[in-house]
Amino acid sequence: MTLQEYTSSAHNFEECMKCTVCTAYCPVVPANPKYPGPKQAGPDGERLRLKDPFFFEETLKYCLNCKRCEVACPSGVKVADIIQAARIRYSKSKPKLRDRILASTDFMGTLARPFAPVVNGMTGLGATKAVLDATMAIDKHRTFPKYSFKGFESWFRKNAPDQTRFPEQVSYFHGCYVNYNFPQLGKDFVKVMNAAGIGVNLLDKEKCCGVAMISNGMIDGAKKHAAHNVAVLGKAVDAGRKILTTSSTCTFTMRDEYPELLGIDNSKVRDEITLATRYLYERISSGEVKLKFKKDYHAKIAYHTPCHMEKLGWGVYSVELLKMIPGVEFTLLDSNCCGIAGTYGFKKENYEVSQAIGKPLFDQIARVAPDFVACDCETCKWQIEMSTGLQVKNPISILAEALDI
Amino acid sequence: MEFDVVIIGGGLAGLTAGLALQEKGKRTAIVSAGQNALHFSSGAFGLLDAEDPLQAAKELPEHHPYARIGAENLPKYTEAAKALFGKAGIALNGEPLKNGWRLTPQGGLKRAWMTLPEVDIFPDKEAIKGHKVLIVNLLGYLDFNTSFLALGLEKQGCSCRIETLRLPEMERLRENPSEMRSVNIARVMDSAWIKVAAEIKTLVKDEDWIILPLVFGLKDATVPDRIREAVPAKVLFVGTMPPSVPGMRTQMQLKKAYEALGGTFLMGDEAISAKTEGSRVLSVSTRNLGEVKAAEFVLATGSYFSKGIASDMNHVFEPIFGADVLLDEGRSAWYDPDFFSPQAFLSYGVATDGQFRVLKDQAPMDNLHAIGSVLGGARSLELGCGAGVAILTALSVAETI
Repeated sequence: MTLQEYTSSAHNFEECMKCTVCTAYCPVVPANPKYPGPKQAGPDGERLRLKDPFFFEETLKYCLNCKRCEVACPSGVKVADIIQAARIRYSKSKPKLRDRILASTDFMGTLARPFAPVVNGMTGLGATKAVLDATMAIDKHRTFPKYSFKGFESWFRKNAPDQTRFPEQVSYFHGCYVNYNFPQLGKDFVKVMNAAGIGVNLLDKEKCCGVAMISNGMIDGAKKHAAHNVAVLGKAVDAGRKILTTSSTCTFTMRDEYPELLGIDNSKVRDEITLATRYLYERISSGEVKLKFKKDYHAKIAYHTPCHMEKLGWGVYSVELLKMIPGVEFTLLDSNCCGIAGTYGFKKENYEVSQAIGKPLFDQIARVAPDFVACDCETCKWQIEMSTGLQVKNPISILAEALDI
Repeated sequence: MEFDVVIIGGGLAGLTAGLALQEKGKRTAIVSAGQNALHFSSGAFGLLDAEDPLQAAKELPEHHPYARIGAENLPKYTEAAKALFGKAGIALNGEPLKNGWRLTPQGGLKRAWMTLPEVDIFPDKEAIKGHKVLIVNLLGYLDFNTSFLALGLEKQGCSCRIETLRLPEMERLRENPSEMRSVNIARVMDSAWIKVAAEIKTLVKDEDWIILPLVFGLKDATVPDRIREAVPAKVLFVGTMPPSVPGMRTQMQLKKAYEALGGTFLMGDEAISAKTEGSRVLSVSTRNLGEVKAAEFVLATGSYFSKGIASDMNHVFEPIFGADVLLDEGRSAWYDPDFFSPQAFLSYGVATDGQFRVLKDQAPMDNLHAIGSVLGGARSLELGCGAGVAILTALSVAETI
């Protein structure tokens, strides 16, 4: 055994140089003085917690898990992983009913969808919002994502064009959002893939990636979902298929949070999971795929890079794809967190902090004044739509509307 | 992905090279594994710690990066550096061909070549003598030591008075004393500077100098000048403990200028390995993107701190390409037991030929150049040439590719 094996930890806190660069780039620190900041909450605190769990502080819950600290760290310390792992290990606070409801995206989707018109009508009402605010501490300013009466999966089974006619086949992890709230993105995905000469398969019953469970402390549930998903993703990999996604957060969770935070081995499937934008870009740049765009398409687009996309480092693919569309006037927005961080911003106690974090982004969008915003994350979409009044579209949907088919 | 040039490292050297190459019309990407040394900047750049730096550069041994550039070529690059920063919206103070002096946080003077806009540079040492100085700090801020500063200045024949401001805008920050850091304060000061200026006006008696910590101008680079205009005495800004507010802003400005020229900045990505064929690099593999191809590669990964140079008990090595490293034989020659002596290990870095082409197994790689502090032989701490080496080697290499 080498010296390093005795002196290193799972998330390498001992490599921290105490330079405070992580804190300088943390979006929570300027908005919420109760949060100790990533250096203190992460590597500094870890040193103490390893000696005595007494030093765990519940204020670590203010961490958004946006991973911007890790992107900024010059020493490669997994700052956010240290913080989230400490919450999992030491936190005594149990998720509230509200947290369970917010986190159980696929369970709630299954319940709500058959009654979609009623549920959508209800959650849109001022009275309902006031009740949710008062009884559940779900902030009244929030607009719940609408549920779709007909899910993406059932649309796909009944209405998708025949996929077997394509020699190349991929599997699609659509995620809860596409299935329960916004099947149109899934339909756009199928349209774009088919236009690229690629057939789409669904997985053998995917579950929610579990990101909302992780952030709400429902770790057992998250582990069950992770184990299930790794198994069904494995079947697709065995069949020689890549797994494509349209959500940067689902992608990041399944690739990196499964092994780092949940201890679920995903080594067989990890490198096969990729965002559709990355896959398309690579196929286009190698010359294997050619997309034909409309001649009269015009749009002024501002692209927002979601935090987990910053961490994945794949924003460049979405950006390059959008720039390929003739008639697009493109702006890359500055690197800023929108403040929603999944379910975080829905909680009454976080509403003001959430909006304060997002303000620089909203201000910049107002200055750029695009026709709409582009973004690969569904919760950023809700936040930006609510806070700017502009529509937010996934790059895949933008490709779908610009394609000449 | 494929580019004309892939630059590995997004610090001062990498960004300078990126800007210069984009201006030449190359399509480039910068792979940046975390933030860089600009976050620890004093606000001053060093060229060479000598009275006449360009003359002194002629005396440097052949392994020094300035000797590789050629002392006769240095002036054109020092001029180009000032112009390049100017185009990125950063008006550097100082003369490209000369050294001046800057005030240190200990109240002493140190040689400086050029400084960021808010940091003063003095033509001679006399400029600091005999002033009446008011040093102003913010209540609860511990990373700016006013007593050290006053002691140092008094040795220069100045008389000093120290005042501490208590602003309501700062009270919220004080709830969390461990986060009373330069950058967090600077965020508040982008708007609260008006109150600081107003408070100072009421505090000034007969002082002709006001000294403030460098916690102004994070997002809004105009704040330091606006304070200067509002206060009826000369205002000087002095560096604090890291992170460096002017350094962080400069990094953002350079990155923004680079992206505006069409460059692709890959933040938080890291080059892991390289594919080579004979003396050519075909591609590098990054953690996030996998294989990235280019016609030319620039190694700007920094020294030990940035992991551009790595070491274990018996080796010093360059981790991506396995390039040759300039170092002494035998571990005992690496260091001097006297901590404050120049340490040999600090000069170890990548070996190159006269055009900064990286050597591997003693032969140059055709399309791999090294710039900045990853280079061997610079002795930048001892010679005060870190920023100069970063900027001038970047400009020199950008010209050849």
